[in-house]
Amino acid sequence: MIRRRAVFAALVVGALAALGPVMPAYPLTLITQALIFGILAMSLDMLLGYTGLPSLGQAAYFGVAAYAVALLATERQVGLLGCAAAGIALAAVTAAVFGVIAIRARGTYFLMITLALGMVVWGLAFRWVSLTKGDNGVSGVPRPDLGGLSLSAPLPFFYFTLLVAAAAWALLGLLVVSPFGLGLKGIRGSESRMEALGYNVWLHKYVAFVLAGTFAGAAGVLWAYYNGFVGPTDVQLVTSVEALLMTALGGPGTLVGPAIGAGIIVFLKNFVSVYTKRWLLILGAVYIGVILFAPHGVVGALRGRRRLGAGRVPGG
Amino acid sequence: MRPDFWVVQTFNGLSYGALLFLLASGLSLIFGVMRIVNMAHGSYFMLGGYLGLTVALRTRSFPMAVLAATLAIALVGMGMERYFLRRLRGQDLGQVLMTIGFALIFQDLALLIWGGDPYNLPVPPALSGALRLGESVFPVYRVFILFVAVAVGLGLWLLLDRTRAGAMIRAAVDDGEMAQGVGINVPRISLAVFGLGAGLAALGGVIGAGFLGVYPGADFEVLPYAFVVVIVGGLGSLPGAMVGSLLVGLLDNFGKALFPELAYFTLFAPMALILAIRPTGLFGRG
Amino acid sequence: MAEEFALQLEGVSKSFGGLQALAGVTLAVRPGERRALIGPNGAGKTTLFNLISGSLPVTAGAITLFGRDVTDAPAHIRAAEGLARTFQITNLFPDLTVMDNCLLAVQALTPTRFAMLRPVGAYAGLHASARATLDSVGLEGAGDAVVKNLSHGEQRQLEIALALAGRPRVLLLDEPTAGLSPAESRLMAGLLARLDPAMTVLMIEHDMDIALELSPHVTVLHYGRVIADGPRAEVRRDPQVREIYLGA
Repeated sequence: MIRRRAVFAALVVGALAALGPVMPAYPLTLITQALIFGILAMSLDMLLGYTGLPSLGQAAYFGVAAYAVALLATERQVGLLGCAAAGIALAAVTAAVFGVIAIRARGTYFLMITLALGMVVWGLAFRWVSLTKGDNGVSGVPRPDLGGLSLSAPLPFFYFTLLVAAAAWALLGLLVVSPFGLGLKGIRGSESRMEALGYNVWLHKYVAFVLAGTFAGAAGVLWAYYNGFVGPTDVQLVTSVEALLMTALGGPGTLVGPAIGAGIIVFLKNFVSVYTKRWLLILGAVYIGVILFAPHGVVGALRGRRRLGAGRVPGG
Repeated sequence: MRPDFWVVQTFNGLSYGALLFLLASGLSLIFGVMRIVNMAHGSYFMLGGYLGLTVALRTRSFPMAVLAATLAIALVGMGMERYFLRRLRGQDLGQVLMTIGFALIFQDLALLIWGGDPYNLPVPPALSGALRLGESVFPVYRVFILFVAVAVGLGLWLLLDRTRAGAMIRAAVDDGEMAQGVGINVPRISLAVFGLGAGLAALGGVIGAGFLGVYPGADFEVLPYAFVVVIVGGLGSLPGAMVGSLLVGLLDNFGKALFPELAYFTLFAPMALILAIRPTGLFGRG
Repeated sequence: MAEEFALQLEGVSKSFGGLQALAGVTLAVRPGERRALIGPNGAGKTTLFNLISGSLPVTAGAITLFGRDVTDAPAHIRAAEGLARTFQITNLFPDLTVMDNCLLAVQALTPTRFAMLRPVGAYAGLHASARATLDSVGLEGAGDAVVKNLSHGEQRQLEIALALAGRPRVLLLDEPTAGLSPAESRLMAGLLARLDPAMTVLMIEHDMDIALELSPHVTVLHYGRVIADGPRAEVRRDPQVREIYLGA
């Protein structure tokens, strides 16, 4: 089964790579954006779909990494490697600190705490003007050079993003089928049984939380370069909510589902807003529709799962 | 720093906490009975403010605005529970996601109807102006907010502690299954509590609009505060909501006054501390 | 020389607010002993198991496992010390396969549980161990079935498998025959009779015949207190015990 998934993944990546040169610039940039949010959504899926931890604060790690890259690139002229390393490391550290507080909590409390922690980062981005430029944000982030090759144009940057996204997909894919990943699924199923079997459930959840934050940071690094601009809107609650929607829409616990969900949301957002300003209204209605009629998301529905049963927030 | 800095800031913190109490008490009750984290709670607050604004401008009556906003949003809340959330009974995550969907819809509707500009709710002359106490000046409106919160707090306490309906609510909070088993109509209680919670949030919104104004984004801006209050105070606990909202109001005010660059950090630190000691909040039952 | 007890409880009490569920429970189980814990409903038997396994903290008293004080140790530490339990209300991983359930149990106390870069399928040793455990409880070939689709009897068998997978030194069985038909109960009794004789087994069981058949030693709990404790023949003759089970 794993081989089938790996082949499928390789095909998808290959298809995207092949399509790259023939696609016009605008759809290409949209796909790039979808890939970036795909990484963010997959990081959330590891927490939500596999471990049963609903986090409403992934934007915090996404944003911390994005800000790090933006500030280092514009103020210190640090190159790609340095920025990426700093961004991802900072995201991991933030997750490590926040995790100590958040992982104590179960279900509902966990949701609210991650939300509040996300707001802390937003608040800092908004208020710590001397560092983050506040509402103005950090603009003029240059596209980096990858060993002499410039990533300014849409096509090279698309390939770069595709590479990172594929790597993230591969790593996360391995993780969720590994013994550690099985442990996460066990936690989602029954924490009490896991404890009785001998697992330090807190530690497992904590590690998952830090890993998820790290991957969210990787997405943030890409976002800073893609967008050229990082501001408080990138760390706001709505961003975490969108990540949650992408995961729920695509199908939690499937990894590929959330990536597809990210694609759907990014495209919807961009196409719908051409015709109407009522993007949020439609998003909200889509949300409600998905919950009512396809609770296991697009991928879940495709795999024929229609029961409403296992939607319980574990431990809550 | 002004000589009366501490007095003024304490007063401001208390009055903000009073507003938060209106918001958080509803959220806490809703969770207590139905175990739902209502992500649209901030939306009730904001819509209450906007509706109050429209009614105040049309009728030139502040009391009418308050009444209309509170009742209308209470009805909206009940509609949400009865026709949408009830279908997902038992699916905690599904319910949370659904309330998020509604929050987004409400946000956009507000933008559509009232536009993107901030507004101030016109306040009756009786409540404008200020009281002088020695060196310090206290806006009458903020004192009014304190009174409203105390009145609501008393009312809620009387309701929960002294009435039959309140006893039923407390039973449902304690153990929904058992309550149903002894004949309490838990679905009807849920509906009523949801309406009460929504109405309280809207009350907070319309009254808050008098000094905070009403603007797009108020919903998601105030929601984390409500969450921190119920996390600190403990979900499902009215005393917890009281203590929590006072704490948060004071901390936020002093935090913003003393360390403006650290913003939410002054909330985050105590929340972290409290959770480290009592993971279910000060008065929570987990 | 006093040999080490496998499990020792000293004055263990548990209160829930105003309700005292257990009071001053003292007992000592020798390694390899088979002991039944019986008593009427509400006597506190499952609560006692929860205290021993670490799901609940004691209000007073001490719990020792092979000489090591585990009174304040979390559940997973006790499991690492060789304690395993089954649950009265089946507590499995419903959305996972039988094999995955067993793998979780097998890898629980090994460093492999933190392995992140190879699929579970690559660990042949784990799989062999899991398969052997499933065979020993009569679930051979059921590996691919999803747990929530199993019959109640098969789920009870898996409950035991999960507890046995880690090769525990002390096994707590909470009503292993709960909800089983007479035929299934017979099969379960056969399974339990075949357990490793070196393993210490403490069993809560409502079916008196099976309880006494499998356990030469018996402890009787009543309203949270130990009222009888000793060889089964003696306990059978104890007047207090007879009154509880037969008397008015």
